Amino acid sequence: MIAAVIALPALSAAVLLSFGNRTNKFGPWLAIFASTGSFLIGLWHFLQMVARPAEERPALTTVYEWLSVPAAGFKINFALQLDQLSISFVLLITFVGTLIHIYSLGYMSHDENPRRFFAYLNLFVAAMLLLVLADNYLLLYVGWEGVGLASYLLIGFWQHKPTAAVAAKKAFVANRVGDFGLSLAIMTMFIVFGSVSFSDVNSGIVGAPAWVSLILGLLLLLAACGKSAQFPLQSWLLDAMEGPTPVSALIHAATMVTAGVYLIVRSASIFNASEIAQTAVVITGAISLLMGAIIGAAKDDIKKSLAGSTMSQIGYMVLAAGLGPIGYVFAILHLITHGFFKAVMFLGAGSVMHATNDNVDMRRYGGLPKVMFFTTITFFIGYLAIIGVPPFAGFYSKDHIIEAALSHSWWAGAAVLFGAGLTAFYMTRMMMMTFVSKSRWHEDVHPHESPLSMILPMIVLSVGAATMGILLTRNHVFEHWLEPITGFVEPEPPLPIQTITTITLSVVAIGVLIGIWQNIKIAKVAPVKVSFVVKAARKDLYGDVLNETLLMRPGQGLTKSLNIFDNAVVDGFVNGLGLFVSGISARLRRSETGYVRSYAMSIVLGTALLVIALLMVRI
Amino acid sequence: MNFPWLLIVLLTPLIGTVLLFVPKRFVPFSDQQIALYSSLITLLFVIVIALQFDISSSATTQFDIAFDWIPVFGITFHLGLTGISLVLVGLTAVLTPIVLLATEYEVQKKNKEFLMWILLTQASALAVFLARDLFLFYVVFEAMLIPIFFLVGRFGGPKKGAAALKFILFGLAGGLVMLAALIWLYFVAVNQLGRGTFSITALSNELKLDAWTERWLFLGFFFAFALKAPMIPGHTWLPDTAEQATPGTSTMLIGILDKVGTYGMLAILLPIFPNASIEFAPVIIGFAALGIIYGALIAIAQKNIKRTFAYISISHFGFIVMGIFSFTSIGMIGSVIYMVAHGLSTAGLFLTVGYLIRQKENSLISNFGGVTKAAPVMTGLFLIACLSSIALPGMAGFVAEFMVLTGTFQKYKIPAIIATLAIILAAIYMLWLYQRVFTGTETKESSNIIDLNKKQILALSPLVALTLLFGFYPAPIIKISESTIAYTMTLVGATDPQPMIRKAVNQ
Repeated sequence: MIAAVIALPALSAAVLLSFGNRTNKFGPWLAIFASTGSFLIGLWHFLQMVARPAEERPALTTVYEWLSVPAAGFKINFALQLDQLSISFVLLITFVGTLIHIYSLGYMSHDENPRRFFAYLNLFVAAMLLLVLADNYLLLYVGWEGVGLASYLLIGFWQHKPTAAVAAKKAFVANRVGDFGLSLAIMTMFIVFGSVSFSDVNSGIVGAPAWVSLILGLLLLLAACGKSAQFPLQSWLLDAMEGPTPVSALIHAATMVTAGVYLIVRSASIFNASEIAQTAVVITGAISLLMGAIIGAAKDDIKKSLAGSTMSQIGYMVLAAGLGPIGYVFAILHLITHGFFKAVMFLGAGSVMHATNDNVDMRRYGGLPKVMFFTTITFFIGYLAIIGVPPFAGFYSKDHIIEAALSHSWWAGAAVLFGAGLTAFYMTRMMMMTFVSKSRWHEDVHPHESPLSMILPMIVLSVGAATMGILLTRNHVFEHWLEPITGFVEPEPPLPIQTITTITLSVVAIGVLIGIWQNIKIAKVAPVKVSFVVKAARKDLYGDVLNETLLMRPGQGLTKSLNIFDNAVVDGFVNGLGLFVSGISARLRRSETGYVRSYAMSIVLGTALLVIALLMVRI
Repeated sequence: MNFPWLLIVLLTPLIGTVLLFVPKRFVPFSDQQIALYSSLITLLFVIVIALQFDISSSATTQFDIAFDWIPVFGITFHLGLTGISLVLVGLTAVLTPIVLLATEYEVQKKNKEFLMWILLTQASALAVFLARDLFLFYVVFEAMLIPIFFLVGRFGGPKKGAAALKFILFGLAGGLVMLAALIWLYFVAVNQLGRGTFSITALSNELKLDAWTERWLFLGFFFAFALKAPMIPGHTWLPDTAEQATPGTSTMLIGILDKVGTYGMLAILLPIFPNASIEFAPVIIGFAALGIIYGALIAIAQKNIKRTFAYISISHFGFIVMGIFSFTSIGMIGSVIYMVAHGLSTAGLFLTVGYLIRQKENSLISNFGGVTKAAPVMTGLFLIACLSSIALPGMAGFVAEFMVLTGTFQKYKIPAIIATLAIILAAIYMLWLYQRVFTGTETKESSNIIDLNKKQILALSPLVALTLLFGFYPAPIIKISESTIAYTMTLVGATDPQPMIRKAVNQ
């Protein structure tokens, strides 16, 4: 039955893609119907699960035998595992997914081909659901690359734009670097445990030598870095903003990019067994959260600033996941709250772009509250949530991560605290530039509020961004919910919790104040005389420059010179041999004509030669 | 004697060929129809055979049919079906009608001749996969060169003559060495068994070769197969041939006939020369891994679409060879699936892009751009072929590549890791090509491209369907080839490695 959650959007995507233009009229509605249906089925399963006692909640459905070579003990099922962790994702994906489907109805209404867009969205939802429902790593990999494909297609949706096409390819290639890690991890699991299912790996890892968990942990971390845009594989995410904004909200903020966090939490038993791998995860998260925040603080492009913010917030989740049982629950909690508040901000950005002729430069915004009331309010709620103002959602999830990080080490704690200040700064800057300041619109721009189909999802999401934190942390409900799957240990920070909260809120307040103070007056053109930090941040902290000098240019040189080598040396040798032989044969065989038939003849001759040789021996 | 199903399958394309030359008043079909129907009837027969094929049978071959041919030397006309041959016969039977349906546009003049050579290519491929007598195998292995030679030499691009020549010289070089090895093998058999025989089954079961003889003979056959497959450094004929040949020819050649090389390794080298195969395996695995990366890197640098595909195939043949010589069930079965997946994706790539190249008489990448605007259906089908080629999960290529890598990784860690790097390179060479040809700003050249018509879509859709089917449900190929692979493993004396940690309670 749970298979229907995946099948519905998958079938819808298949219909919309194979029947093409014939489905243009009802295409978007079919897609919305499929996504909604998927959500309702998921909700039904959720309610049933809640009714069962904790130990009976996980359920395994084997759909069929996918790959099986009995002789080698090789058996991988197409099997779906529904448990507390996966149902949380199912609800997030289908709920936010459905809202963004609805939003796209308005946002993409002027596009040439909304049907194809909706087909890809459905494809994405199906693949993402497969990713979180798979009961083994190889099936997870199918969903993993499936969402990568959907992301590729959607980033490059406006294919006529060369920048979009390049960005799409870049995202896919960076993801494949991560997939290299995932592939090797799966292969290692098979040779060590003889199985790649979560349950077999979990039970096997306990008695395994230390190097197994270390290697697997690092390989899975590489995979997570690719998918979740963490350092050093982060650079594709900023370019991915070439895609339509609903895509940025759904795929590159709320769901797909968080798959790396899911992978780490799902592999909790592996990471629990290797402290080195865990430390690597924490360091990756810390670097990424700071890098993302710094980049987000320097961008004038609203979507790129939000993308930097996404990288930073996922850094929080990755860091929390690296902390072990004290962090897993909070990583997922932050993932869910982030899904709401980041989605609402992206949709808000889309709404603003929709109103200003697709302008993304925040230096040409301002003065919008008067004309875009709902967009401003919902965006503001998202803002309060992300910077962690109580009682909005981000306050709860981030505060818990800060406590957990402080109980891990001083440096992890310092990174998340500083990150909280930076977040407050860059989000205040965005708020000031986009909404609060005076209008600096281009001449032909006449902002207006977006249609209802766009406003409605924003309102729903903003309600989530406001309340999700309280709902999920009241009476530790989420901790109890996930504990059977991920384990949970109460963090023991070195300071009292009230003190930590006070410090955090003070840091946030400082960030907000600097953000306001620096952005009272905003120039229409970005200032040139800026500090080296800003210069670096504007260039994505030289992520691309690094890629280019270390990988791309040497790579191009290598492929080009290999090509020359292949033509000149390898083929040259063969041709030289040919010339040499033909030089001799030209003298020997003056009767040779070079006609086709003579070569066909030599085949016959060869056969005859064989027969004669055989005859001679026989006689 | 059994009902001669295999003979019927083999004869059908030959009858089709003959019917092409029967005056039209006796045959109420056009040449195109004759060729297509004959290939569809072949497919029908192959399906009938596949349904009767007993996957649990312990016999080496099924549906055997044998006549004495040259009794003095113990040469027989012996056809038989192993699991692996059934898979490849199936691939041949599926791809030929697709090629015929899809390439109607390829030639205006000399159509009859073109169809004849395509059918003869099919017949020779079927014969190679069915031959159970090594002499017969050699004869058809060589005969196979002729139809392709004419297809390249008479229907190709501007430098078709040179390409055809290069193709046949490589083919003959391999064949010649194989011939020498074959004669030597015959003498060894005469001395040891007291009778001459070319029966593959007899040679593999009864012959005990001394170490050095086996090594030399192994190398002789390997040389021929490695040129055909092609492995580096004997691969340079393929890009030249693929560049000049028509898309239909390339599909027949790279999609089907090149598999004869890897098929020969599995069905002939391993059973007859098991010890040498084991000995040389590490070197061959090394070369295969090198070829995978080498082919992929050079594919990135190509400026011509068809040459890119050729280098991609060189990389992919590395995977197939690697799986075969991993001597693990997973790796070897993976190779069999890979042959099918590669056949399907190669057909998809060449045939789809064929429509494009045909319209502009030019296969340079730089010539195109933004084709998707004018031809969205073509773009979509090409993208699916691309994704299948780069082994996207859900496609047949993924199952194959994962199994080959896992099987190899069980025994050879470093080569497997190196080969896994190809998944990154694959994304680069394929998507970069896609990006430059199909997306981005529409060039003037691309603006008046005509999209595929219904018939062309129909021709290509089986490729998509089969690629997805085997991606999600590869069981048919696995089940059919399983027992043959198990038998080959026993002959070679290889066993599957056990997992390091035995599964605990739940087993």
